[in-house]
Amino acid sequence: MKDKDRQEKIQEILKKWREGPFAKFQQRGWNEAYTSYREPVKEVYTPLDFSDDKFLEKTGFPGEYPFVRGVYPTMYRGRPWTMRQYAGFASAEESNRRYRYLLDQGQTGLSVAFDLPTQIGLDSDHILADGEVGKVGVPIDSLADMEVLFDQIPLDKVSTSMTINSPAAVLLAMYIALAEKQGVSADKLKGTIQNDILKEYFARGTYIFPPAPSLRLITDIFAFCSKELPNWNTISISGYHIREAGANAVQELAFTLADGIAYVEAALEAGLKIDEFAPRLSFFFNAQMNLLEEVAKFRAARRLWAKIMEEKFGAENPKSKMLRFHTQTAGASLTAQQAQNNIVRVTIQALAAVLGGTQSLHTNSYDEAWALPSEESVRIALRTQQIIAHESGATSTVDPLGGSYYLESLTEDMEKRVEEYLEKIEEMGGMVKAIEKGYVQREIQKNAYEMQKRIEKEEDIVVGVNKFAQEEEPPADLLEVDPQMEKEQIKKLKDVKQNRDEEKVKKSLEQMKKTAEENENLMPAIVEAVKAYATLGEICGVLRSIYGEYQAPTF
Amino acid sequence: MAENQIRVLIAKPGLDGHDRGAKVVAQALRDAGMEVIYTGLRRTPEQIVSAAIQEDVQVVGLSSLSGAHNHLFQKVASLLKEKGHEEILLIGGGIIPEKDRKQLEDAGFDRIFSPGTSTEKIVSYIKEKVNG
Repeated sequence: MKDKDRQEKIQEILKKWREGPFAKFQQRGWNEAYTSYREPVKEVYTPLDFSDDKFLEKTGFPGEYPFVRGVYPTMYRGRPWTMRQYAGFASAEESNRRYRYLLDQGQTGLSVAFDLPTQIGLDSDHILADGEVGKVGVPIDSLADMEVLFDQIPLDKVSTSMTINSPAAVLLAMYIALAEKQGVSADKLKGTIQNDILKEYFARGTYIFPPAPSLRLITDIFAFCSKELPNWNTISISGYHIREAGANAVQELAFTLADGIAYVEAALEAGLKIDEFAPRLSFFFNAQMNLLEEVAKFRAARRLWAKIMEEKFGAENPKSKMLRFHTQTAGASLTAQQAQNNIVRVTIQALAAVLGGTQSLHTNSYDEAWALPSEESVRIALRTQQIIAHESGATSTVDPLGGSYYLESLTEDMEKRVEEYLEKIEEMGGMVKAIEKGYVQREIQKNAYEMQKRIEKEEDIVVGVNKFAQEEEPPADLLEVDPQMEKEQIKKLKDVKQNRDEEKVKKSLEQMKKTAEENENLMPAIVEAVKAYATLGEICGVLRSIYGEYQAPTF
Repeated sequence: MAENQIRVLIAKPGLDGHDRGAKVVAQALRDAGMEVIYTGLRRTPEQIVSAAIQEDVQVVGLSSLSGAHNHLFQKVASLLKEKGHEEILLIGGGIIPEKDRKQLEDAGFDRIFSPGTSTEKIVSYIKEKVNG
């Protein structure tokens, strides 16, 4: 049968079905269903709902343009995703213990959580660090703390992801200096720095400098790494926090890709060549509860990015067009009520990430609506990944859901909606302008509020919260960070300052200042400063004095 | 402005960047007819207390998901007390373990709400406490 005849035939029978058997049953009961972006979901999907006839151009094969089915030909049959639990708390010593525990338990990569003062470029003795030291991550004031954090962890054997944005250059410099001390050359280093400042302005909050100098720091890192750290992911363009802040799946994708476009444009403006830096761009997405929609989102992301890189930026290297990504399950979906139910939520979300072809994965722990995870809860989270990898069969073939009428239709629909957003943002003058106008913030805020209202009206159900609730005792055995840690960290910082060569520190900071003012690449000067044990606060202080600080408007 | 309109300050103490909850609550209180001032991120306890006094609010709501609540929330409570503004209704929310909730309520907080609390519940709690 010819394509056209086949389509007409399907159309005809679908119509009969809808008016006949379906209509009859519908009278007995029927619930409305929507995507996260409030598009009604049809009662059934067929080959008519997507470009079934464009298989070769639009879908094709794994490892080939447009990469919708996955970035590598073999995917998990070749190698499973990297199991990477985001961890860090209290002190470098405690965090080092947790890392070695996780590696012993079969984790395959590290992911460092820094405390907020570190993320905002403040030393632990700063007045604004009061009460925050070691709370949401590990405090790093100087290279001395990094030495403890990676004690007995050979940097040529692990890959390390660091969630650090505004001061990313400084932490990367510390990692390079530490590797040198371990006898590992920079070109052997594998890992990722988040280095994604734009979403900090509208979704995560750890900005320091205004957008222009922040973008300059980012492109300095791109240029430096393309020569010195060829295996390093220079940025992790993150939708994760955008979703957590209240965006729906389409907004998550659209704003992430718009950020990505802004970074590419900044790098091109700085004189870099697309195929020099684009292969090392990486992404980071959220895995929320709607399994199929999330799988479609990951697939759509790959096809969109491949297209953007090829058509908009003229990339030629296939690696420049591959959207490689890390996934974390959705923190915002965890409930404080009946916390153990979160294990099930995380399983569904993790499965979405795997069916969507993620390169690495963090699974949240069930107790995280109460506190940072305990050793027990983080072990269950890691085991969840191991069960999916070894028992579920989800890894047996590449893109196992590809070809599902619903999934393919969702993938195309999301792509279309993301493109609409991208056009709108371009019309506004790009992502930096859209953020400055408060457009992105308002879009997310509106969606977050509507979601909350739907939960309160019980249009959306959260098990254990607005349905199936019960009286219960909150979980015991939560992780606690000893407030004493802050004092100890401040003492360590003092010791470092007493034992270093002050003259060398002063000179290295002056050199940095000069480099910044002359608009030269800052990375080498920052590496020298950290080697002299200049502190994070001192280095960021120099940059603050030149660049100023971002003042966030409230919308 | 209606004469008996309830005035609320929603604040983010410390360095925490999670403001979804704070903004959703602020919007819900506005929709319930209250006048709400949101501080934005990274406020010190001193800034929050002086804003509360200057803006003459009846309610202060703090949000923290960064684990610094014990330290920062208590500081706000004691500063309010110190400045003679114990009459201000002091509430909070975020990622706060049960044990800390009790401690904060002993330290002067009228109520710490846990994740999953409906905004409707927060609205009616405030109305009841302020209007009696």
